[in-house]
Amino acid sequence: MSTLTFHEVSVRYGAHTVLHEVSLEVGAGRTVGLVGESGCGKSTLARAAVGLAPVTSGAILLDGRPVPSRGRRPVQMVFQDPYSSLDPRMTVGDSIAEAMPGRPGRMERQTEIARLLGLVHLDAARAGDLPGQLSGGQRQRVALARALAARPRVILADEITSALDVSVQGAVLNLIRDMRRDLGLSMLFISHNLAVVRYVADHVAVLHAGRIVEHGPTARVLGDPRHDYTRHLLASAHPLKEHT
Amino acid sequence: MRAALRRPVGLAGVVLLVLVLAAAVFGPVVWGDRATAVDTADLLAGPSAEHWIGTDNLGRDLFARVLVAARLSILLALAATAISMVLGFLLGAAPMLAGRRLGRLITAAVNVLVAFPGLLLVLFFAVVFGVGARGAALAVGLAGAPAFARLCHTLIAGISERDYVAAARIAGVGRVRMLLRHVLPNIAEPVIVYATMAAGGVLLTFAGLSFLGLGVQAPDYDWGRLMQDGLNGIYIHPLAALGPGIAVVLAGLAFNLTGEAFASAPRRAHVLPKAGQPAPATAPAAGSVLSADDLRVTIPGPNGPIHAVRGVTFAVGDGEAVGVVGESGSGKSVTALAVAGLLEPPVRVEAAHLVVAGEDLLAPGAHRRLGTALAVVFQDPMTSFNPAHRVGPQLAEVSRFHQGMGRKAAFARAVDRLNAVRIGDPARRARQYPFEFSGGMRQRAMIGMGLMGDPRLIVADEPTTALDVTVQRQVLELLADVRRETGAALLLISHDVSVVTDVCDRVLVMYAGRVVEELPAKDLRTLARHPYTRALVAAVPDMETDLDRPLAVIPGLPVDPVETPAGCAFAPRCPLADDHCRTVAPPLLDGVACHKAGEAP
Amino acid sequence: MKKPAAGRWPRFALRRAARLLVSLWVLVTASFLMIHLVPGDPVRAALGPTAPADLVLAHEEELGLLDPLWQQYASFLGRLVRGDLGVSIASRLSVGETIAQQLPATAELAVLAFLLSVAVAVPVGVGMAVLTRRGRGRRAELAFTGTNVVVSAIPDFLLGVGLVYLLAVQTHVFPVAGRAGPDSYVLPVLALAIGPAAVLSRIVRVEMLAVMEADYIRTARAKRLTPVRLHLVHALPNAVTATLTIGGLALSALVAGTVLVENVFAWPGLGSSIVSSIVAKDYPLVQGTVLVYGVGVLLINTLVDVVLALLDPRSAIGEA
Repeated sequence: MSTLTFHEVSVRYGAHTVLHEVSLEVGAGRTVGLVGESGCGKSTLARAAVGLAPVTSGAILLDGRPVPSRGRRPVQMVFQDPYSSLDPRMTVGDSIAEAMPGRPGRMERQTEIARLLGLVHLDAARAGDLPGQLSGGQRQRVALARALAARPRVILADEITSALDVSVQGAVLNLIRDMRRDLGLSMLFISHNLAVVRYVADHVAVLHAGRIVEHGPTARVLGDPRHDYTRHLLASAHPLKEHT
Repeated sequence: MRAALRRPVGLAGVVLLVLVLAAAVFGPVVWGDRATAVDTADLLAGPSAEHWIGTDNLGRDLFARVLVAARLSILLALAATAISMVLGFLLGAAPMLAGRRLGRLITAAVNVLVAFPGLLLVLFFAVVFGVGARGAALAVGLAGAPAFARLCHTLIAGISERDYVAAARIAGVGRVRMLLRHVLPNIAEPVIVYATMAAGGVLLTFAGLSFLGLGVQAPDYDWGRLMQDGLNGIYIHPLAALGPGIAVVLAGLAFNLTGEAFASAPRRAHVLPKAGQPAPATAPAAGSVLSADDLRVTIPGPNGPIHAVRGVTFAVGDGEAVGVVGESGSGKSVTALAVAGLLEPPVRVEAAHLVVAGEDLLAPGAHRRLGTALAVVFQDPMTSFNPAHRVGPQLAEVSRFHQGMGRKAAFARAVDRLNAVRIGDPARRARQYPFEFSGGMRQRAMIGMGLMGDPRLIVADEPTTALDVTVQRQVLELLADVRRETGAALLLISHDVSVVTDVCDRVLVMYAGRVVEELPAKDLRTLARHPYTRALVAAVPDMETDLDRPLAVIPGLPVDPVETPAGCAFAPRCPLADDHCRTVAPPLLDGVACHKAGEAP
Repeated sequence: MKKPAAGRWPRFALRRAARLLVSLWVLVTASFLMIHLVPGDPVRAALGPTAPADLVLAHEEELGLLDPLWQQYASFLGRLVRGDLGVSIASRLSVGETIAQQLPATAELAVLAFLLSVAVAVPVGVGMAVLTRRGRGRRAELAFTGTNVVVSAIPDFLLGVGLVYLLAVQTHVFPVAGRAGPDSYVLPVLALAIGPAAVLSRIVRVEMLAVMEADYIRTARAKRLTPVRLHLVHALPNAVTATLTIGGLALSALVAGTVLVENVFAWPGLGSSIVSSIVAKDYPLVQGTVLVYGVGVLLINTLVDVVLALLDPRSAIGEA
């Protein structure tokens, strides 16, 4: 596994600045949580790392070298909406196989698809299904399997549980934790939900209006927040004090 | 395909299309001789048994000529359509194939060109290519390209925004493969539908061109040409002009109907079976602002009726705050709409009684009193305000309509209410359009709209789901304040257990259209007895969740509301379920609907 | 998003004017290039193979075809600014004057048909939407869509021929052709308006049905308003904006539709002359007529956008 470094990354669309010299490091084998409200630039940061958003200034480095923005990226991304992230006319197996490096033969490909589906706790027989036959949670696992198929060195997970029903969300979060433990994945885990980030991440960075306002070990940031905005976020995540 | 054929319109279109194509293929072979046989003894004759629509100035049989003309007419139409399609597709795919800058330029050019009507472009190209069939085909083809390019561009842009295209790019899929594997299969259907209908339009355009004398030239003839020849004699011999005209219309219809049938994929919902005997009416619970007994809501769906709510009984006391939690498909939002009286036929609402703020919602009528006594807050603040009207008048409408206020007085009250829901500078804000408000502000304005009257009950359907966490809290606090000030009761629908426990006194847990548990909000996390409630609470991480243990998971999938099980709907996912659970549905007794209530898993 | 309301209109006007100018430039340039895109020698083609070489040369010189292209373009633009559209090859008359004579007849036809189709389409579409909402009135729906599909499959010139046959030749209610009294307008305007009216009413109905399912209509229903207020105040403005966005093209197509209808009714407008001048290869006249039609279309498009911006303030700020 590798280290993904954002070095003073700015993203600007016209006069509108989305990201302001953001510096962040996703260490090897670590899960870094990125929290913030909608519009704060969380997704843009992830998209910039895979070349889906143009970087105005700064650098995004993988083990000290710029992340390539063409061809198969060594950094893979899983998206929020499980209903948009799989081609509705491609079988699960084809979607996963498309991301595989090299040109594996038929047998090799089947074995690899089965292995990847197993990793995300899906039956290998699902490979022939179309996404329409899967539930939201199952789709999100396939999307994870596809990301893993590309043999990534870092995975970016962009709000991957927020479109899921609560009963399914837990299963995906457990899976993320298992994968970190078993595969030693480096991961940037983006969410607006502090409780979810607390559960999966070792480090947390708080993004507000395009700037990182605080970052550090999860227990420290959530237990002893130093920035006003972090305190504000934490207060919102806790139940209302007064009962009416 | 088969579904489209099953509808009369689709069948008519396809049959007509087959006939027209058959005429195009076999017409010249079968009637070719007849169409060219000159009969000087029978010039410009009217309809007769021998010549169904008469003869032309050389005594040739016009009916045969119409049939023979089918081939040229159809061929030219198809050729021109093909030109438009290929060119249009290339132009439409330009942003994807040619890179950002060139693509943007091409798109801008297409946008300028598409504003000019096809016929004008046809005339322009007809000048360039000269008069004649080939020139006309090129002209019509080129003229159709911008519209086709616009369609392809819109469709491709829609697909390009999908995450699977982004994922494929990240996985290193090249542009051409992307176009072929991901984009084409997903836009093929609308493109083919459009092309079919465009072919019909092209056919008509061609007829127009030949009719003007700019298309097919003698001695060749298509339908337009025949029409032009016939128009001169329309006084004495109308069928000579109308005959080919009818052929054009039929052929155009054949293409249009076929396209139409495939475009509007028949997703006809089944009609609900007749309602059963209504349950004997019961009296509403005393001291309640909302009382529902055995509430059932049935929605017609494509695969049979959906039993969204299957017998829910509950009441909300004056000033009480009741929460309803459940996952998507549990029937909680439908319940909210039913008690707000906002479900319309063909959705069917049945109950032994359903009384809100003194209004019997099962009785027909406008329930005008609810306009002031009931406030409703919906999930998506972005779409719940009318984009065409300013915010202030949308609030003021309530007072003008229900409280007989004048325009000015009502507007003043609207400003006052916006102020009450803590919207800064309310006088200016009231004159703005909804799109100038942020999401949280709109949700507060929506609550303000409910406060225009004198609400006894506020129904809030996922009021914070679409909002940011920090804004969520403000809206919840506002709801609590409003309750304190007005004494209104609250029915709060949410998928979020913590939202409901924060704000409500009592909680109903719904699963598959039924209330499975009812308990005080403060006991939800600790004293729940239904296995579903306990699993739901445990599955959601909060700030106190144990980090060393995996989260609780509910296996399986939520129940399909079309097929309602005989027994407990949760049984297939329940670790405690036995055969009794799977066959006998547990009633809601003593606050819980479970045969195994309180047993440890 | 939250721009002050005062800045919205000037910026809309600026952007829309810029788009109009670009479109005009494209139109002017295209009509300039038209004559150069004709394969071979356009003047030779116009005058016929038997015309003497010095006559061809004289014409080419008059049209400026011997100058370098950029110089021709500059002088074309210059003359255009002065309102000079050149001289017809065939009639030797000023193109500008010829068009000025014929334009009123065409404009009357187009404007009347435009008004008629909108006046018919909106009430019919709204009425059908109310009648057939949520699976009600299946029969009315079938009848409406059925007639609609059939009517929109009949091209306007054919409608003209049919109308002439039924109401002029058979029954003598209206004159067969020509432009004389008010009754001579009836058939051409009908022939021109029926098609767009059918298309528009279908769009109005579909949009109205879509709007009636919108969240803000549910909000309005929660206010317990009367059905009339619900439909006319809350639903209609939104349905009309959507209709105009989609149906604006049908209205500008009507301008071009006059060409065919005028030929059916021997209407003394631009449509009759553009066809004969295309056949006769009278390029200056064609050029001028295409320009005038194009400007008419662009004006209608701009008008539609302005109406849209008035009805829906979002379209004034967005990309539209």
